[in-house]
Amino acid sequence: MELHDVWFVLIAVLWTGYFFLEGFDFGVGILTKLLARDRPEKRVLINTIGPVWDGNEVWLLTAGGATFAAFPEWYATLFSGFYLPLLIILVCLIVRGVAFEYRAKRPEENWQRNWETAIFWTSLIPAFLWGVAFGNIVRGVKIDKNFEYVGTFWDLLNPYALLGGLVTLTLFTFHGAVFTALKTVGDIRERARKLALQVGLVTAVFAAIFLLWTQVDSGDAKSLVALVVAVAALIAALVANQAGREGWSFALSGVTIVAAVAMLFLSLFPNVMPSSLHEDWSLTVTNASSSPYTLKIMTWCAAIATPVVLLYQSWTYWVFRKRIGTQHIAEATH
Amino acid sequence: MDLALAPETLARWQFGITTVYHFLFVPLTISLAALTAGLQTAWVRTEKEKYLRATKFWGKLFLINIAMGVVTGIVQEFQFGMNWSDYSRFVGDIFGAPLAFEALIAFFFESTFIGLWIFGWDKLPKKIHLACIWMVSIGTILSAYFILAANSWMQHPVGYKINEAKGRAELTDFWHVLTQNTALAQAFHTLSAAFLTGGAFMVGISAFHLLRKKHISDMKTSLRLGLVTVIVGGLLTAISGDTLGKIMFEQQPMKMAAAEALWDGEKPAPFSVFAYGDVDAGHNKVAIEIPGLLSFLANDDFNSYVPGINDVNKSEQEKFGPGDYRPNIPVAYWGFRWMIGFGMTSFAIGLLGLWLTRKKFLLPQHLRVADDEVPHLVLLPRGKKALGPTLTKWYWRIAVLTMGFPLIANSWGWIFTEMGRQPWVVYGVLQTRHAVSPGVSQGEVLTSMIVFTTLYAILAVVEVKLLAKYVKAGPPELTEADLNPPTKIGGDTRDADKPMAFSY
Repeated sequence: MELHDVWFVLIAVLWTGYFFLEGFDFGVGILTKLLARDRPEKRVLINTIGPVWDGNEVWLLTAGGATFAAFPEWYATLFSGFYLPLLIILVCLIVRGVAFEYRAKRPEENWQRNWETAIFWTSLIPAFLWGVAFGNIVRGVKIDKNFEYVGTFWDLLNPYALLGGLVTLTLFTFHGAVFTALKTVGDIRERARKLALQVGLVTAVFAAIFLLWTQVDSGDAKSLVALVVAVAALIAALVANQAGREGWSFALSGVTIVAAVAMLFLSLFPNVMPSSLHEDWSLTVTNASSSPYTLKIMTWCAAIATPVVLLYQSWTYWVFRKRIGTQHIAEATH
Repeated sequence: MDLALAPETLARWQFGITTVYHFLFVPLTISLAALTAGLQTAWVRTEKEKYLRATKFWGKLFLINIAMGVVTGIVQEFQFGMNWSDYSRFVGDIFGAPLAFEALIAFFFESTFIGLWIFGWDKLPKKIHLACIWMVSIGTILSAYFILAANSWMQHPVGYKINEAKGRAELTDFWHVLTQNTALAQAFHTLSAAFLTGGAFMVGISAFHLLRKKHISDMKTSLRLGLVTVIVGGLLTAISGDTLGKIMFEQQPMKMAAAEALWDGEKPAPFSVFAYGDVDAGHNKVAIEIPGLLSFLANDDFNSYVPGINDVNKSEQEKFGPGDYRPNIPVAYWGFRWMIGFGMTSFAIGLLGLWLTRKKFLLPQHLRVADDEVPHLVLLPRGKKALGPTLTKWYWRIAVLTMGFPLIANSWGWIFTEMGRQPWVVYGVLQTRHAVSPGVSQGEVLTSMIVFTTLYAILAVVEVKLLAKYVKAGPPELTEADLNPPTKIGGDTRDADKPMAFSY
């Protein structure tokens, strides 16, 4: 395996980590409108992800930085090509981060309500747009011989990519609902479980169509395995959820995300961003990658740092492992 | 296309606006993380409640700042790809690596441990909780280092070769990129300026409370810590600035000649105090100068030769082909002066403050005050004279103003260092006009610029109001839970239904 293949896998791992982790915190953000009945419940939801959402988001920054370093051409084409969707995502992430930190810093109800609305929309929009972006990457976009994206904003809103957006939106919401059931006590936990079933069924329909479409378009034997794993894990997650095995259910919804992202990357390889105009203009792991020297240094860094990161991030989850409910939310936060 | 709205111009404005804005929060974050960690260490070691109150107070202000620093940092990472895709293609092999290192080593650290610190007050034993804020502090410093190494490569590219076939620069020696003298000097300078900034922030807010005679005993502690930080930070900023300046004279003579409005090379070269010139004709109309000083600053020798703007322009034309290699000279000249002027003014005010509030044991009996009284500001060493109430008030007022000075200095420092390098984006290797995204339209860049500027303006108002609220409120009252943190990780099981110490 050459180093640029290793880095293709590592970039896939970083995106998988990002969708696994920020997937559920986006989902919880969406649930603040779908699940919470009153403000204390909203606050319970927000607090289930309070200590971890920031660490989760760094997976995106690392995926971005690693793409810049390992595949500069990919980074350049992707971010200049998907300019406006990326702009919307960035605005959402800015507002979302500030919303979490500033919401509880003033007691006025208006202030808190506005930030809560912001949390809902800035969780929902990126959850949808990431699916649209990946749909387009896998399907291929108009890239010319200089590796420049020559399509328009509207080209990105094709049926396949939009369906991809619905898949990530529903899948993250499901993942978030399962996480909520795992992390809360009382009434909200029961309702999270019920909602998880409903959202999970919708997710299963969207995901099955999208993944089959991908398989027919650009799949091979390996991606078929990933597809089967993704769908089976999703069904198993639903079963576990119904059986009240919340830990299992969350692990399995995580497996669904891992397998679905793996499937996208498998059907992409050895391309990183195919051109829909001409096969020779596609960005591949070879023509988009950095020099072997840079990749070697990066590999050392990743080999040493990644296990450490996983260790202390897991520790965070362990420290905050207790379930919370409305009784843990103090009347006023100051 | 109208040149004023060309994508290159817009992309440069956007980079300038988002970077300067981001950098209002970065130095405060770096220094407040370390100062908060220091205060919390003092609490853990001495168990004095005033240190815990100070930790909570400054920690809260730190959190309000870091939230903005983090979210505006996301834009920084992605705009290279959005607006500067040809730059990214050309230098990604080199420039991407420190960025990826930053994310993997520093960001993960910072963001994970900050979550633990914020929510961990009732979940972690004292010492482990303390370790978390130190981890955050180390993370912020590492992060700054990697970014400054990347930027230094743009100022002075090393450890690379040009791959003609691929049309890009490729890394040959990463260690050299991380440890070249430009990177070391820039990190030293930027980090010490960050502490000057945080110290002045602390002094300003403490002075504000002392002026209003509120939270006196807590604010006296913070005032001293802030003053010492200002002086140490300011001194190191000046020393590192001098070092960095000498490196710049060697590596980017054009930038330094522009900073001095020195049009033609001179031996010895004078330091310019004030200049007003004609850029097209290439000379100054008015100039007030100190003879020989520039030679000394550049080469440690009052008699040495320093090349001027016109000389460097000519030699660069010979080397790189026809063109104008001069940056915007008024911006470089005044940027350099605002940076030094505002930075050193805050240092001077800090120095004055520390002298005026000398330790109690140096003061005669009648000048000493009780713990809950505003300290007298003392004029003479061992003397009998204190400043009157009016003068004391004036000092507090000036100290409050000083809060903003390092921020202005930092901003001009960056504007000077980045604009002084133009027309190069990577000095001597890649020009800015070849770095923009060719596929991105004027409308797209304009849209993103308007969106970011508007959003940043709104957030600035929100942030400042929130800061003001928490500054005015002063240090919080401590509760029983604050004083008795848990002894084991995860908190104590017996009070399972107790409200969390911190919740959003």
